[in-house]
Amino acid sequence: MAKVPKPNELELKYEFPETGWMDTPAVFRPGNFSYPGKAKNLKVVGLPNPREWSPADDDWKLPPDWKKIILEGLRERLDKFRTLKIFMDICVRCGACADKCHFYLGSGDPKNMPVLRAELLRSVYRKEFSLAGRIMGKMVGARDLTEDVIKEWFMYFFQCTECRRCSLFCPYGIDTAEITIIGRELLNLIGCNIDWITGPVANCYQTGNHLGIQPHAFKDMIDFFVDEIEAVNGIRIEPSFNRKGAEVLFVTPSGDVFADPGTYTLMGYMMLFHEIGLDYTWSTYASEGGNFGFFTSHEMMKRLNSKMYAEAKRLGVKYIIGGECGHMWRVINQYMDTVNGPADFLEVPVSPITGTRFDNAASTRMIHIVEFTADLIKNGKLKLDPSRNDNLKVTFHDSCNTARGMGFFDEPRYVIQNVCNNFYEMPPNTIREQTFCCGSGAGLNNDEFMEMRMRGGLPRANAVRYVHEKFGVNTLAAICAIDRAALPTLMNYWVPDVGVCGVHELVGNALVMEGETERTTDLRGEPLPGMEDNENEDI
Amino acid sequence: MGIKFSLAAVFGLVLAAYFGITAGGLYHFFGVSVPYIAFLLFLCGVVFRVLKWARSPVPFRIPTTAGQQKSLPWIEHAKFDNPSTKQQTVVRMALEVLLFRSLFRNTQFEASEGHKLGYQQEKWLWLGSLAFHYCFLVILIRHLRFFMEPVPFFIQGLERLDGIMQVGLPGIYLTDIVFMLAVTFLIVRRFVIPHMRYISLPQDYFPLFLLFAIGATGVLTRYIFKVDLIKVKTLTMGLISFHPVVPAGIGVIFFIHFLLVCTLFAYFPFSKLMHAGGIFLSPTRNVPNDNRIRRYVNPWNYPVKVHTYAEYEDHFREKMVEAGLPVEKELEEAPSVTAEP
Repeated sequence: MAKVPKPNELELKYEFPETGWMDTPAVFRPGNFSYPGKAKNLKVVGLPNPREWSPADDDWKLPPDWKKIILEGLRERLDKFRTLKIFMDICVRCGACADKCHFYLGSGDPKNMPVLRAELLRSVYRKEFSLAGRIMGKMVGARDLTEDVIKEWFMYFFQCTECRRCSLFCPYGIDTAEITIIGRELLNLIGCNIDWITGPVANCYQTGNHLGIQPHAFKDMIDFFVDEIEAVNGIRIEPSFNRKGAEVLFVTPSGDVFADPGTYTLMGYMMLFHEIGLDYTWSTYASEGGNFGFFTSHEMMKRLNSKMYAEAKRLGVKYIIGGECGHMWRVINQYMDTVNGPADFLEVPVSPITGTRFDNAASTRMIHIVEFTADLIKNGKLKLDPSRNDNLKVTFHDSCNTARGMGFFDEPRYVIQNVCNNFYEMPPNTIREQTFCCGSGAGLNNDEFMEMRMRGGLPRANAVRYVHEKFGVNTLAAICAIDRAALPTLMNYWVPDVGVCGVHELVGNALVMEGETERTTDLRGEPLPGMEDNENEDI
Repeated sequence: MGIKFSLAAVFGLVLAAYFGITAGGLYHFFGVSVPYIAFLLFLCGVVFRVLKWARSPVPFRIPTTAGQQKSLPWIEHAKFDNPSTKQQTVVRMALEVLLFRSLFRNTQFEASEGHKLGYQQEKWLWLGSLAFHYCFLVILIRHLRFFMEPVPFFIQGLERLDGIMQVGLPGIYLTDIVFMLAVTFLIVRRFVIPHMRYISLPQDYFPLFLLFAIGATGVLTRYIFKVDLIKVKTLTMGLISFHPVVPAGIGVIFFIHFLLVCTLFAYFPFSKLMHAGGIFLSPTRNVPNDNRIRRYVNPWNYPVKVHTYAEYEDHFREKMVEAGLPVEKELEEAPSVTAEP
């Protein structure tokens, strides 16, 4: 594992090499790449060329006909995706995207400018698919496909979190996420992938979730939170699993079940559902909201996503509610109905408490828990005591996928402002559609990649530091499981006094439940504001 | 390297026209053949390119959402940054195409001591591009006077408006000045901004140099060498009526200007200049964000291998039963599966 430099040791330079980018090879060093996919994981889902290898090696053990595979793969995708074809042709290199990428801002590596990331692929496209490129080569920005190019692709397509910030600023809407997605698809054809993606993919396919939690263990974990909630306010919740005939199937990323601080968000969901008496069930088969298949290929995304509708159909629920997650919602919003629909066995979601019909999900029949909760609050169906969150000064991090792949901005803000008294926005160029990525999305949240993650997360951390210093913000709320996993590390590195939580953790704290005992602690077991003395007495 | 190559190419064109006319006397070639070939290339090229794009389907509806989605009725919907209907999408596209909405958002980052980053509005690129494109459009429309007899009133009106400053004789057109300034700006930023220099390719410099040369020769034609416009019009009217004649006595500067323009047209469909067409087809902008409302169909959606619930239950049945989880088949009904699938 690479030693991670301390924040003050981290050099930040924005310089351009003497050599042109085509003549500057990618250098793999500890901290700037992720470990390769393990053969056993590739085999589980039938991905090509399973083998033991390392990006740091000279020999990547590519299949003998790798070049043909890549070029045929590229041709096939040009025929399948108008996006790719257009994005290969129309970039004018105006440079508007250059300083919009968090990895460029944090690393100063010119190939992290979205325009050059795309040129890595475009240069090969020109050489192989355009007359001018074939004849004039480098003079028109075309180059041969070599192993070094593959290595460069691997480096930079796995140094992109598919956050789409560049796409927002591009005058033609060129979407680097789309290019990275297809670039990764191509790399997967010859077995070049990273284990922090292929591992979760294999687990999710086989066991039902990224973390490989087996059905009985999944139930155990939820039961554990039942105890935890009881310890907080004396309410005993009785969750159900794989229950046929429930009204709602609830699916959330498995990170919420497994790791702090996502677990507190999960407790928030459970408390909310209990309080309103929602007839819902968990599923151990569809126990993953996230979709690391999306970071592998469109096909793998479809294969993993299929479980949600399949399980909803098997259990005979009316509709699905999805938990707080980023790329999960990009997939649900922009792909699910297309790849695995139509969901004609479900009904248009209607809140059983408020009667609100969610016409914005008339076809997918899956709603976001935050819009569900926002509707409950708007209709006055929840008794809330925001003062329980008074020790928190909260800011909200818009997750890339819900921001630029959905436009989910005001729902979470509405909920937060109803459950917290102290809410502060980060500067306008760093939130909402212009939000900065956590630096660890799209499957890059692994330890060996830490230096690049801290670099890529700098723009986000920098904006948090600003509100931390200005308003004393101490809590960063997010509606994404990757954020909840990645941001604590990032905050610890750049802004150590700021904690991270999900929105429903805040809801869980503020929710006044019927028949609950007086709370002295929040969901984390920390004393509530004004209860600090009680805590001392206990000790 | 890219700069020199592109500059040389434009100079080459200028010299080719100059010597072709003065030494070679190739009036017919430069006055008739070149424009016909260029126009044919332009037309066929653009059609070919657009059809080539259109042949590839749009499998997924993936707009980049730039504002609040259509959600609960009491949440204000950013209709034109995150459209949910076709009409709203048309407005979004109009804002993109006519006002360069996305470019308008542009910011510039600044890094300071202690890993601090700041972002400022950066409107120059937006302003420069908008000025360039609109002036180019007006100049193009003004040039229609060479292809129409009588000259329609709107072109005359446009000319009057454009020449409102009434300076010099013939009167200076505002768009000529702004066009030259804008092109110069677009060239200079590629020279002086380090990242622009690093990412620019020969095909980025060439069209800019070409446009600069077109503007410069156009200005020379009108204000300095004062080419006989009646004769030019005889030539252009001949071209569009397919009875081409090249009247004697048109200055060589016109032929230089004309060759450069023809080169631009011929080059257009085979270059990044096709962004003009691509923007209309860009799937992150030209579709509504309504996937959850209306199902979008992918023409090549194909069945994939999935891990079914039945397989899953077969694999975990024992553990599920032990944990009290409901199963479809009880243990005694199903053959026990112990091996990893």
